[in-house]
Amino acid sequence: MSQIEQTWADAPGLKGWLSTMDHKRVGVRFVVTTLVFFALAGLLAAVMRLQLARADNHLVGPDLYNQLFSVHGTAMMFLFAVPVMEAVALYLIPLMVGTRAVAFPRLNAYGYWLFLFGGVMLFVVFALNIGPEAGWFNYVPLSGPEFSAGKRSDFWAQLITFTEVSALIGAIVIITTAFKMRAPGMTLARMPLFVWAMVVTAFMIVFAMPSVMLASTFLITDRLISTQFYNPAEGGDVLLWQHLFWFFGHPEVYIIFVPALGMISEILPTFARRRVVGYAAMVIALVAIAFLSFGLWVHHMFTTGLPPLGMSFFTAASIMIALPTGLQIFCWIATLATGKRVQFATPLLFVIGFFFIFIIGGLTGVMLGATTLDSQLHDSYFVVAHLHYVLIGGAVFPLFGGFYYWFPKLTGRMLSERAGRWNFWLFFIGFNVAFFPMHILGLQGMPRRVYTYSAASGWENLNLLSTVGAVTIAVSMLVFLVNVVVSMRRRERAPDNPWNASGLEWATSCPPPAYNFMAIPVVNSRTPLWEKEFPVAEVTGLPEILRTTLVTRLHDAEPDHVAILPSPSIWPFLAALATTVMFIGSVFTPWAMVWGAVPVAITLIGWFWPDKEETARMLSIEVKPPEGEARVEALREVLS
Amino acid sequence: MNHEVLAPAGPLSSQIAQLFWIFVGVAAVVYLVVIGFLVAALRRRNEANARTAVRAVSVAVGITSVILLGLGLSDFFAQRVIAATPKDPLRVRVTAHQWWWEIEYSDGQPSRRVRTANELRIPTQRPVELELTADDVIHSFWVPSLQGKKDLLPGYTTRLDLVASRPGVYEGQCAEFCGFQHAHMSIDVIALDPEEYSRWYDAQLASAPEPSDPVALHGREVFMGSTCVMCHNIQGTDASGSVGPDLTHVAGRRRLAAGTLPNTLVNLAGWIRDPQAVKPGTRMPATQLSGEDLAALTTYLSELR
Amino acid sequence: MFSRFPELAAVLLAVAGVAGCEREQRRFSEPAGDSLTITTPLSDIKAGGPAQVAAGQSQAATGESPYDENAFAISEGQRLYEWFNCSGCHAHGGGAMGPALMDDQWLYGGAPDQIYSTIVQGRPNGMPSFGARIPRQQVWQLVAYVRSLSGQLRKDVEPGRPDAMQMRPAPSQTLEPRNPGSTR
Repeated sequence: MSQIEQTWADAPGLKGWLSTMDHKRVGVRFVVTTLVFFALAGLLAAVMRLQLARADNHLVGPDLYNQLFSVHGTAMMFLFAVPVMEAVALYLIPLMVGTRAVAFPRLNAYGYWLFLFGGVMLFVVFALNIGPEAGWFNYVPLSGPEFSAGKRSDFWAQLITFTEVSALIGAIVIITTAFKMRAPGMTLARMPLFVWAMVVTAFMIVFAMPSVMLASTFLITDRLISTQFYNPAEGGDVLLWQHLFWFFGHPEVYIIFVPALGMISEILPTFARRRVVGYAAMVIALVAIAFLSFGLWVHHMFTTGLPPLGMSFFTAASIMIALPTGLQIFCWIATLATGKRVQFATPLLFVIGFFFIFIIGGLTGVMLGATTLDSQLHDSYFVVAHLHYVLIGGAVFPLFGGFYYWFPKLTGRMLSERAGRWNFWLFFIGFNVAFFPMHILGLQGMPRRVYTYSAASGWENLNLLSTVGAVTIAVSMLVFLVNVVVSMRRRERAPDNPWNASGLEWATSCPPPAYNFMAIPVVNSRTPLWEKEFPVAEVTGLPEILRTTLVTRLHDAEPDHVAILPSPSIWPFLAALATTVMFIGSVFTPWAMVWGAVPVAITLIGWFWPDKEETARMLSIEVKPPEGEARVEALREVLS
Repeated sequence: MNHEVLAPAGPLSSQIAQLFWIFVGVAAVVYLVVIGFLVAALRRRNEANARTAVRAVSVAVGITSVILLGLGLSDFFAQRVIAATPKDPLRVRVTAHQWWWEIEYSDGQPSRRVRTANELRIPTQRPVELELTADDVIHSFWVPSLQGKKDLLPGYTTRLDLVASRPGVYEGQCAEFCGFQHAHMSIDVIALDPEEYSRWYDAQLASAPEPSDPVALHGREVFMGSTCVMCHNIQGTDASGSVGPDLTHVAGRRRLAAGTLPNTLVNLAGWIRDPQAVKPGTRMPATQLSGEDLAALTTYLSELR
Repeated sequence: MFSRFPELAAVLLAVAGVAGCEREQRRFSEPAGDSLTITTPLSDIKAGGPAQVAAGQSQAATGESPYDENAFAISEGQRLYEWFNCSGCHAHGGGAMGPALMDDQWLYGGAPDQIYSTIVQGRPNGMPSFGARIPRQQVWQLVAYVRSLSGQLRKDVEPGRPDAMQMRPAPSQTLEPRNPGSTR
């Protein structure tokens, strides 16, 4: 083993697995974990659809049904949609920007473990009949102390705590890595669009998450220690919850959607075989979407009796956000039109599926953004249809395209094209059969979150059709699972750049070594692998007895200094365990925050405690600044 | 169906339906055009000119802006029409509970106020202004044939106007998740010709009729002596519970238990014997009554028109 | 006192976790009547005779309460307490015309079956008999709530504050019965 391989290797066995700092290993397990939650939440949806397939059905009673749709929504939004995008980003960004690791490897690992424990908590409490029961947005007073007995609502609020801390950690890691660790020469104007999308997303997370943190904290304190935030009789306000939640909740759906836009901007140009049309416009569109998304939240509250003039502003903003989104779509179509003859493969199929599905969702979104129409459509199955069209069409389809696209990079094997096509068509057809009828059901007066309906309502046939579609989706997911399992066992390995793409991540082997790049490349183009010569230059001289990488300047990626990254450590895992105990304890007593902080403090001390051997190595590679005559010489050289 | 957004039965819902068709029409055209360009881009054999493509994108953005502006303005003006304050409306106060609707017709004279539950009868052609509030959690009043919905929030009073053009029964349902039986919280809005409405209203002002035969008389005794009086009110008797629906004219309603069951003798008896079997989680408990008592009670209640 | 908390919290957590199942059950209907109907022998208390205030009576729960560990039932009891106007005489636990329910002094016993009998049978000096008026299941829900008022139930099962004007601290926040006359 070479020196660099030794330095970047993980310990073998369970200890190595628990203490790894490799962003790729953490990223893969992060993705797999979110997919497990996706599957579980999908199973819950399947049970819901079976209950709704017939009128006056008795498969599931109201109490269980309420938990089903609440856990389905909560798990999909907080345990799948946002984390999977962050996980893919944490895997890809260092590779795409040409560096060895993420900026804060230990924090990154801690964020994953915290997420895992929070997600496991949610499903464990659901199995124990303590699952949240008031919907994924948990409105007060229904979720408050008087109307939600027991600990169900408290566990929901603590899940928020887990996932929002984990998301904030991911955001910090993404921003710092993308801003400060790019390969020399990769100015902001040469940064891949997926990295731009993730930076924008990370900023949205930083500004949006505190709002839901506040809302859920007020709920916890109302329930646990008798504060009055949501109690109108004592000066509180039930609408406070809605404002605080949706100020987070609306950016949340763009936090889910914008990364997918970034994925499309990576996949589509590869298959169009030319760089994307209108790079600057695309970046500006991403930033515009992020800004605008913070000005839309009241469109979730159009029926609460707010003043009409005020609501008009939110209608205007809700309609306006279609513009930057549309701009991205037009630029992609232009890219396809102006490239060489399009090569078709499964990743592109999923991207095309995005166009067909998401655009419908976007258009129904414009309808829902109009106050007048929303007064009829809000809280009906029309909204259920819309939200699935934009989330599945707008995020899950590109995500699956990304899976098929980057699977060879992650695993060294290609996914089967044939199975991929089956996966795609079953998913596409099943999705439309499941969710298009819901538009009509909403127009026929069917409200959301009903565990049953009467035969006299006339809703049965479309509900049955929708259930058939849901089952088809489940089958398509099975096909995907089989595809993954079988492909992992192939003997044939994938080439380094199977799609002939242009990004830096394709310059490594499949899968990449622990240190990503043997030598950090210098880039001078937005599409480095499509240039005549790659790399134009390389960075040499980085010490290899420690984990080091180059930190560059924000705007022009000029080299700044050498960063020493932390070595593998079990402490992030232990800190996450301690934090979990603290959070779960505080469901039952406020003293858990006090006494639970002690183990957390202990693990943090272990985390930051310097390692003797590592310190010795750091000292050995330090170069003292010159003294005396040599110092004058060195200064003269620098200043000339 | 009498609960369809696109089968409006009043001027307000017609306005909304009209706007909906405009949006759908525009959306359909936009979708077909964009998909058309996509398919063309995927299938073409020659590279398109990059300059032309960029220009096309700019034109597309321009057209999109104009369309969005037009849609936004059409919504704005439609909203102004719908939100306009009606002249001389009939005022009704609706209070939502878990999982039924309390309705009180306002009137200058307190003696002319009618209290009922789960069924709102209104005269045709006259605007009805609903004052909405909730007693416990957030609910939402939605009768699609007549109007959009409005939430009922504890601590707030919201307003909603209804106008029915022609007589008929218009069903609606609670549209904000409110707990176990959100799915069974329907409301019937019955529009009547103005004279018929007046007749109905005057009949509602009357107290409950005296029982007509010994069975019904025994039924009233059962009512007064059992758990019923803890929650329910029957005008003209000693029963004045206020936490459950008013039963003074219960027999005249179309449905029972907030639209869960058609109002028949059999359903009424089944409901009283075990409400939890029909609507699990509902606030009304099962009451232990002998078969004879239950039959008498049902007979009495079925006479309360 | 602080030193008690870590152990208390740990025990609470363990118990609460395991007992989560019962706490979170929502029982909408109980099997008809029989298992919920009990008859406790009438006490020796007569009108005009001495009132028996046994300080230790509330310690031993002689009868079984089906809902002492069921948070949903206790919150139903909280609702029924207002709906059936118990607060008309007992205020929100502090007592007015009727005795306080928040303290540890029980005229007719604070065990579940004793409270049940008091509600169903009525008592001298103004406590009506609700036996014909309130179904058994709801009586037990009220029993559980009344016991929570005096801090006799586990903290994780007791209700939080109601969404109304605050008349007293929430049961889940009171560690001990709150009344100046308390002997504890």
